[in-house]
Parts: sequence; C-alpha cells; structure tokens
Amino acid sequence: MTENGLFQIILYFVTLLLLAKPLGVYMAAVYENRPVLINRLLAPLEAWVYRFSGVKPEHEMRWKEYAAALLWFNLFGGLAVFALQMLQAYLPLNPQQMNNVSVDSAFNTAVSFITNTNWQGYSGETTMSYLTQMLGLSVQNFVSAATGMAVLVAMIRGFQRRHSETIGNFWTDLTRGILYILMPLSFVLALVLAGQGVVQTFKPYHTLPLVEQVGTATEKTTQTLALGPAASQVAIKQLGTNGGGFFNANSAHPFENPTPLSNFLEMLLLLLIPAALCHTFGTMVGDSRQGWAILSAMTLVMVSLVFVTVAYEQGGNPALTALGIEQSVGIDQSGGNMEGKETRFGIVNSALWATATAAASNGSVNSMHDSFTPLGGLVPMWLIQLGEVIFGGVGSGLYGMLVFVLIAVFVAGLMIGRTPEYLGKKIEAFEIKMAAIIILIPAFFILGGTAIAIMVEAGKTAVANPGAHGFSEILYAFSSAAGNNGSAFAGLSANAPFYNITLGIVMLFGRYGIIIPVLAIAGSLAAKKTVPTTLGTLPTHTPLFVMLLIGIVLLVGALTFVPALALGPVVEHLELF
Amino acid sequence: MTNQIKPALLMLLSFTVLTGLVYPLAVTFSAQLLYPNQTNGSLLGTNEQPLGSELIGQAFNRPEYFWGRPSATSPTAYNGGASSGSNQGPTNPALIDAVKARINALHEADPGQLDAIPVELVTASASGLDPHISPAAASYQISRVARARHLSPDSVSELVGRYTEGRQWGVWGEPRVNVLKLNLALDQRI
Repeated sequence: MTENGLFQIILYFVTLLLLAKPLGVYMAAVYENRPVLINRLLAPLEAWVYRFSGVKPEHEMRWKEYAAALLWFNLFGGLAVFALQMLQAYLPLNPQQMNNVSVDSAFNTAVSFITNTNWQGYSGETTMSYLTQMLGLSVQNFVSAATGMAVLVAMIRGFQRRHSETIGNFWTDLTRGILYILMPLSFVLALVLAGQGVVQTFKPYHTLPLVEQVGTATEKTTQTLALGPAASQVAIKQLGTNGGGFFNANSAHPFENPTPLSNFLEMLLLLLIPAALCHTFGTMVGDSRQGWAILSAMTLVMVSLVFVTVAYEQGGNPALTALGIEQSVGIDQSGGNMEGKETRFGIVNSALWATATAAASNGSVNSMHDSFTPLGGLVPMWLIQLGEVIFGGVGSGLYGMLVFVLIAVFVAGLMIGRTPEYLGKKIEAFEIKMAAIIILIPAFFILGGTAIAIMVEAGKTAVANPGAHGFSEILYAFSSAAGNNGSAFAGLSANAPFYNITLGIVMLFGRYGIIIPVLAIAGSLAAKKTVPTTLGTLPTHTPLFVMLLIGIVLLVGALTFVPALALGPVVEHLELF
Repeated sequence: MTNQIKPALLMLLSFTVLTGLVYPLAVTFSAQLLYPNQTNGSLLGTNEQPLGSELIGQAFNRPEYFWGRPSATSPTAYNGGASSGSNQGPTNPALIDAVKARINALHEADPGQLDAIPVELVTASASGLDPHISPAAASYQISRVARARHLSPDSVSELVGRYTEGRQWGVWGEPRVNVLKLNLALDQRI
C-alpha cells in the first residue's frame, strides 16, 4: 500500500469517529424529545403526522404492542412495494415503459426493502419505473432504517427504566427518526452528490451518437444513458444502511458515484449512523464510556479486517501475473486485482468500501465482490456472518451488538460465579434464551439455506463461476439475506423463483426473527429493578471487557462458519496461490 | 393488537407522501436549479450536438483512439442502459481466456509495444461504464495512437498529460485519464 492509500484509510476512520460523537448526542436528544433547533422548526409537521394518523404521542406501549405496531407498519409497507411493482406499467412516471415485475421478483424486492436488506435480484435501470423507485423503494429506504433505529431506542429504554411495563411509542420513535435525522441529512447529502454528478431528473433516458461510429449494420451507433431521480435515493440508501442501488452496478455506476469525493462521502455516510448510535446509547444510559467501549470493539475489528482485504486485493491475481500483466502499484496506476473495480476508486477505496458495506449491513457496492481474490472476498462474507454487529445496520447493528454484550457478561458471570449484570440490570435466564435465539436464527438460515440450494438443481444452475467459487456465491447470498446486508457475489443468477422465494423467506426471519426477541428483552429489562454497583460488579467499559466482547463475537462467528468458509474461499485460495 | 392497523396504514401514507414525493421533488427542484448540467448526466458538447457524457465511457476499438477498460455490459460493451461487471471470479477459466484475448488484441494493434500490459487494459470495470483508465494504461497506448494518426509520440503524450486528472483535492481516489475527453481532444472536437 502506498502512503496515500494509508492516508485515505486513516482519514476515513478519523472523520467517521469525529462526526459520530456530535451526531450521536444529537440523536439522543431527538429520541428523548429534548428541544433542539430542528425539532422546533419541524414540530408542526410532526404534530400533523400524529393528528393525521390518529396517534397519541404520549401513549406508552408494552413491548408486544410496540412489536405489533412495527409488524403491521412493515406488512403494509411490503404490500405497497409489491403492488407498485405489479402495477407499474399502468401507473405514471414510467418514461421507459417498464413492464410489470414478475410475482416472485416483486415479492423478493418488497421483502428486501422492508427488511432493510435491499438485496436486488432485479436490475434497476431495466426493471423499475421512476415511480416505483420513488414511491416504493425510496420510502422503504427511510422507514426501514427508522424502524431499526426505533427498536434500538426501545431496547435502550429497557436499560434506562425501572419497574416499567412500557418501552416507548413506536410511532413517535419512527416519526422523529425520519423527520429529524434521516430526511435532513439525506437532503443535504443528495444535493452535494448531485453537484458531483449523480443524476436527478425525471426525463427519459438519453440516446446519444457514439464518437467512434462503427458503421456496420450489426454494430451500435448510439449509446443509451439511463437516468432517473437517483441522487435523492442514493443519499438515503447510504445513510440508512439500505444499499439498494438505483442502477444495477450500484455505487460503481458513474451516475451513482461519479467522483472520489462522492465516494468518500457515500462511504462515510454508510457507517456514520451506526457509529453515532453508540454515542446515542452512551448518552441515553447516562454513561458515555459504555458507548465508547462498544464503538471501540467495532472499530478494532473493522480496522484489522480492512487491512486484510486491501492487502489481498493489492496483491493482485496470480493467474494474471503468470500472463505477464503489470499489477504492481506505482505512481501511474493503483495496480492490484482490478477485475470488477473502477479506475477512479482503485484498490484502496474499493477494498475499504467492501469492508465497510459488509460491516454495516449496508450492501451497496462500488466494486464487484464476486471478482475479489478469495481471501479479499472472505472478509466481507465473514463480517456479514458475524451477525452484522460490527457497526451493523442503523439500529440493528447496535441492538445485535448489545445482545452479544449480554452474552459476554453472561460468560464472564459464569467464570467468576456471579449473577451477570449489565448497566445495573440482572441478566437472567429469559434474556439469555432470547439472546441464544437471536444468535442461532441467522446461522440456521445461512447454513440451512446454503445446504438446500446446493442440493437442488435450481440452486446450482444459477451459479456463474465454476468450482469452489460457485459455492461461495451461494453461501454469500444466504449470508447476505440472513444478515439483511444485500450485497452479493453477483454472478449468481438470483432473479428466478427458487432464489427469489428462499432468500425472501430468509430475509424475513433474519429481520423479524431478531426484532421480536430484542423487543422481548427490552420489555423484560424495563420491568426489572436496578441493582447498585458494588466492588464485585464487572465493569463493562474497560479495555478488558472490550477484548472479551470482541472475543465472543469472533468466536461465535468463527465456530459457526469456518467449516463452510473452508469449502468456498479457503479452497479457492489454496488453488490460486 | 389490531388497534395498530389504522395508525399503521395512515403512517405509511404520511411517509409515502413525505419521503416518496415531497423529498425527491424538493431534491430534484433544488438540484436542477443548482447543477443543471450534472443532474441531467454531465453531457459534453451542446444540446443540439451532444458528444456523450463526461462520466460514462464509450467503446473504442480502432487504433487511432485510446481504448478504455474492457466492459462486461450486454448485449454490447459500454451499454449505458444496463450497467454490469463481469462477476468473474479470480480462478474462473473464462476470465483467463478473456484476458488472453485482450492481450492478443493489444499486441496485434501494436506489435512493437513490448512493455508489460497495465492491468486495467485487460480487466473489466465494475460498472462496465468506467470512463477512466490509469495514466499507465494511457502511456502504454501512446505509440499506437501516434502511429495511426501520424503524430509524434511526444505531442500525443503531451495531450495525455493535459487530460490526466490527479487525486481529487490531492487526496482522494486515484490519478486517471478520461478516455472520452482525450479521444475527443485528439479529434479536435473539444
């Protein structure tokens, strides 16, 4: 790696950590309904939303009511996205006259967007009308992100409250997250991105004459340029850890990510809210060190893995070295394994993005992970399999990580022979049972789904690359669906009934199979009393605890997935090197 | 639990209007006002005679033009209506065959060029629309373009230098050459 490459990586993490604190404190104020400038300005809008929807903002919900509100809201959201796709040919704002989407694909996409996965079996610029992108997909980008954040806030209230039967109001958490956090930030970012060259228009696609006119009848003399209202959607897809590209190539497409600066901003926004929420947590529980401890654990794992991916991608493909191709880095090229990467991003920004998008459960890509070197591609896959808790999705990453924290204090409690406590709450059998379910569900669906796919013909024929790499494509697909990530080893032809349906089901369990037990934990914790801190209490803000937490996350992830990874990326690595 | 059905429907309706109509329309209106060219695809040339988009590469195969990255879009290369990478894995025999074919095409077009081929000239970009190549990939092609156009290599090299962009703000991304702009400059159309 060059000095500049190292500098770009350091600059990225420093900027991220600097911005996380103020945003995190601001978000705590928003969710605790303390007055800040913007909610004074937009308060009439918030009040209108409640009045229109018949919601009483002061009403407090028990965890089951909170879950019911969330599930109904997500169900109707899914039906709306499904209906828009099934009817788009008859609806306005469809200048390219896109057909209605097939039933299985529409189901898959609807599930994918309500679960904040944004797995894309379809290709944006050849499938979706502008109306579907805006009214269906953009909306779910906002509300699925706000849903994740709401669940996190409910869980934090579980730690805050004592002898309480309720954990807040889903509608106010949802509304404040959208109006005061996601919409203002997206608006600003969308305008900056538009200035860099991200398109934002309702015009039909351009058809332009090519500079090199080939002149024979079989060759094209014009080029079609796909357009659309992209900037508004790209901003929220990065910010809300959604990741669903407006165009098929996602943030590798020059109209979606035109310059190195737009790339830096999109990559920064990708981890910003998940990082900031650690401070929101620290602020809300009244001990900022707790937030720092979790953020440190996430950052340490992520930074170490970035360097693995960068090293393997920069090393290039030995099979091309054998053909005499120049892959070394120099002042006039970034070198390395450039198949599936864009020149303006080079190796460092492609590898950094791949690691960040997998860590964050975002799933947008600026390079094609399918073409990564075996171990360069193993890193994003494993980060997803860790449970999307290294930063993770907005809200979902931190509530997932807090579940690992409960496991960590439980393990520590077993070692020292004391009832485990966290933030003054006793962690008992019910919480640990729920935590076990939360950890087992993704593992079950990733490994079970992969096993089924490699046993049936429809699963195997979709594979694009032969050998061990084909197995990696399937394993990545189910990991991505269960982790609600959405990135892919995209050679897999997943837009067929088998994968549309199986992956759709896996996404549903990967989302709501976690959210419901998390809310149950929140309800159970809120009802407990707070026990006073004594000399025997395990401190959970120390470097020792950070290491214990990292150890638990990596151990569970490694024990569960190393055998499967050995059959895919590891075999391929041994073949290649 | 059914008492949440009505608020769920109405909340969805509120946020469909706010985030699905008001927000994208506000962004479109502001962005079109601030950046009329960028929001419509960063076109080069005039409205009557557009020369392509500055951000989207085009296919070049003749020796007198600089060639861009190989493109995996279908049915033709650099199809701006259907972006795509090759998604070929590093051990895929199809990738190795494709690279060999690209090596042969480069050698046939310029048999005297014996330098090692820069990797970007034989590997497909992620979008299939990459408008750039590295300065190394441009240098490699100077001798061919100069001969085909009966120009001195120095004058072509000087033009390449003029169309080489550094890192953005000196920090971000990689140095690169915009292939379409360079070729238009060779044709003296910009």
